[in-house]
Amino acid sequence: MHPLAQANTQPLPLPQVDWRAIAPELALAVAGVVLLLVVAFWPRASRNLLAGLTLAGLAVAGALTAWNWGLERVAFDGAVSLDGITRYARAILLAAGALATLMIAQGDTREGEPDDSPPEVFPLLLFALLGMVLLAAASDLLVVFIALEILSLSLYVLAGETRRLAAQEAAMKYFLLGAFASAFLLYGIALCYGATGSTNLLAIARATGDPTGDGTLLLAGVGLLAVGFLFKVSAVPFHMWTPDVYQGTPTPVTAFMAAATKVAAFAVFLRVFAGALGGLVVSWRPVIAAVAVVTMLVGAALAVVQTDIKRMLAYSSISHAGYLLVGLAAAATVPAGISASMFYLLVYAFMVMGAFMVVQYVSRLGPPDDDAIRERSSLDDYRGLARHHPWAAGLLAVFMLALTGIPPLSGFWAKYYVFLSGIQAGLTWLVVVAVISSVISAFFYLRVLVVAYLQEPVGDAASSPSAGRTPALGLALGLAGLLTVAIGLAPEALIAAARSAERILG
Amino acid sequence: MLLTLTLFAPLAGALLVALVPAARQESARLVALVASLATLALAVALASRFRTGEAGFQLGQTAEWVPAFGVSYKVGVDGVSLPLVLLTAVLTPLAVAGSWRMTERPRSYLALLLVLETAMLGVFVSLDLFLFYIFWEAVLVPAYFLIGSFGGPRRVYAAVKFFVYTLGGGLLMLVGIIALFWLHQKATGTPSFDYQTLLDFDKAPTTQRWLFAAFFAAFAVKTPLWPFHTWLPDAYTEAPTTTTVLLAGVMSKLGVYGFLRYAVPLFPDAARWAQPFLLTLAVIGILYCALVATVQRDFKTLVAYSSVSHLGFIVLGIFALNVQGLQGGVFYMVAHGLVIGGLFFVTGMLEERRGTRRIEDFGGLQQAVPRMAGVMLVITLGSVALPGLVGFVGEFLTLLGAFLAHRVYAVLATGGVILGAVYLLWAYQRMWQGPLEREENRAIGDLSGREWAILAPLVAAIIVLGLFPRPVLDRVEPSAQRVVEQTQAQSP
Repeated sequence: MHPLAQANTQPLPLPQVDWRAIAPELALAVAGVVLLLVVAFWPRASRNLLAGLTLAGLAVAGALTAWNWGLERVAFDGAVSLDGITRYARAILLAAGALATLMIAQGDTREGEPDDSPPEVFPLLLFALLGMVLLAAASDLLVVFIALEILSLSLYVLAGETRRLAAQEAAMKYFLLGAFASAFLLYGIALCYGATGSTNLLAIARATGDPTGDGTLLLAGVGLLAVGFLFKVSAVPFHMWTPDVYQGTPTPVTAFMAAATKVAAFAVFLRVFAGALGGLVVSWRPVIAAVAVVTMLVGAALAVVQTDIKRMLAYSSISHAGYLLVGLAAAATVPAGISASMFYLLVYAFMVMGAFMVVQYVSRLGPPDDDAIRERSSLDDYRGLARHHPWAAGLLAVFMLALTGIPPLSGFWAKYYVFLSGIQAGLTWLVVVAVISSVISAFFYLRVLVVAYLQEPVGDAASSPSAGRTPALGLALGLAGLLTVAIGLAPEALIAAARSAERILG
Repeated sequence: MLLTLTLFAPLAGALLVALVPAARQESARLVALVASLATLALAVALASRFRTGEAGFQLGQTAEWVPAFGVSYKVGVDGVSLPLVLLTAVLTPLAVAGSWRMTERPRSYLALLLVLETAMLGVFVSLDLFLFYIFWEAVLVPAYFLIGSFGGPRRVYAAVKFFVYTLGGGLLMLVGIIALFWLHQKATGTPSFDYQTLLDFDKAPTTQRWLFAAFFAAFAVKTPLWPFHTWLPDAYTEAPTTTTVLLAGVMSKLGVYGFLRYAVPLFPDAARWAQPFLLTLAVIGILYCALVATVQRDFKTLVAYSSVSHLGFIVLGIFALNVQGLQGGVFYMVAHGLVIGGLFFVTGMLEERRGTRRIEDFGGLQQAVPRMAGVMLVITLGSVALPGLVGFVGEFLTLLGAFLAHRVYAVLATGGVILGAVYLLWAYQRMWQGPLEREENRAIGDLSGREWAILAPLVAAIIVLGLFPRPVLDRVEPSAQRVVEQTQAQSP
């Protein structure tokens, strides 16, 4: 009998409930709802209180993640799996969420500013995180879809949280293209279900080894799944939305999007492709490798010509997605590919969030910015930054050099580990392309430093105190900088933890 | 332990310099001078403990760093690296003293100089390929900021060009290092970047060629070998004088040291295979850059090209792949460091006095500043390898080595010796001799006490090592001998 028909005849099975397995998700959901109620019924609640509540929710979720650390099991009849990827991604995501909360906490102290975001950002942030954390644990394509929608819908709203036109435009663009990609993904899920009779990754993994199955249908489904995921990680040629959305979106949300979305999307990408579809590696690896090549090169090359730092960072994040795809291409045959990618995501999250924190700091230099269209983020605003804001410039240098991959900063080890996994998988040519892309990327990262350190300040904007100099942002910057340097000097423990993420359950 | 202290003393000094309060910027230079002199003292103590006649690594230290990747902190010196460590330790305090009158952001400048010293020392003493790579890339950052923040009018262009060129070469080497590491792990099952382990590991000849090519990319750019030299004249010319002294005096040795320490012994078959190619590049570099130097109008650029030309001799000596050549190469590295440092120091002193470096703006300086002219004569003659001065020993030995290996290259390279004499002596003649025509040249002052303190050690070393090269050569020889054996050990 055709598997589809077979599936239809069976009664809908009720999954075994396993509260502990999804405890962090539950904590985030509860915290999100509580904050939503607080915002709704007590509109005058101070931002500090809301941020504090958000952080408390994150802390509880973090504690629950730690409680579940040693747990390795498949829950809800294979819909959710707790394994290395899950816990590693959860830890990164919660940390990124905490940093983003700090960035939003004291959004803009000046009342009526265009950057004055509504208090709803806190619950939305928590819901987005809920989607991300669930996505990292999902081992059923339907759960993948649900989680992806939770995070995407929250992010669409977050992207348009301020009153600037560019933010509105970014939100709309992100929503339309994101919906498009979701449709691709859903279609891919349907085709995979049609080919294998299940949406469960474990069952799909078994079916890929079955020679009697419908190979063409499955491959078509895999192709569409890949399109959906490649959109989320903004790989070329599905990257068009990235620069516009990154530029228009309020900086704290951009930072969160750049770091956390990538973590969640790559976690599920790894789980589905390197895990469930590992048997089809000969079919998808050439495609992923080819996408990696264009992603690395196009991202780096287009970043060189940007004059806006947020767009530059957007293109740079595209090229970083390319490096991660190298890890993914390696991951199906070499376990180090998984741990290398996870470690890369960890390091990248802190580097890129740190870079955006400096962007936020600098965008609030000078007179009140009442530009109705977009935030100040031109490279010209960084002229002579080092002269009057040595700390901001120093941290900027740390993040830029780490993103370039200069030892002994954290980005270097991440890049190294991904390159190593590529060579182990016999993809040396791909690693050489990655090296070329790294060299190109040195141009634009250095250019920021050239502007900040080597050029003279223009006007008095750079010399004025930053309204963004809030204790919360300072704390966030300090943490990101410290982690970037400390992981660079002593990466051992985190690499070892990443190694434990190599085994994928179901 | 002593070596580790020597290695990190400048870095600690840099931190102290950075912590000097802004109100007392002047004391930063004192802190920097003390730190660099302390490093020198440690390096001298290190040299005094060095056992002459031993070929292997001594005075080392090993510690785990990232065991997951097989990366360890492992350092040590042998006869090849010790002279270079000393050279670095000698030139840095002189560079600090040379920057004494700097007014613009002296703290950052001096701190960066000291960071650069640690990074360069690290390259010389690392015995773990990964550690080596880290120091190799770490050199870039301070050098980039030194050129880019404090250099001449085209400094940003020069700094970015330098950075991107070198990073490109370095990353290709990283691919080579990872590939070598992975081959070793596949063959033996243990992850290791240890120099000795990877040295003993047998590599197939074709693999060697690929890996050699990857290492070649980094070293050829850094040295630089013709035609990878185009970043150098820009970087040397635009960098502030005391940075140029360290770049030309020490950093240019990193590339040739890389060939000698890594590319040749790790891949002996490939090295022999590539020998004619490298000798050809070296000879082209020697002759071409000598010709280009001849027509320069800016004395600093002239010296920069002369540096490329002279480094060609070092490569020639190393790729002669015999004891004479290698020994000469190492000696020449030291000699070149001293001489080129002197040349750039004098250039800087002239620029400070006159605000120009163009050869035609000078003339007859001998009459105005006789002492400076005398010192400059010694340095120039040291550079053109007058017998009895330091340059001669290195040049003679490298040419001898090349002659024993491949006669024709030695003969061609000798042409470079002649051209070297032509452009340097001609420039000397135009700048220092003849009638003192320009009024503004008459008024310039002779060497000050501080300038004497900078130049006197260099001049003394140029003369003493020229007359008595044995102490250096004796220490280099066993290690050079060992490299030659390693190169021939796997001969078919």
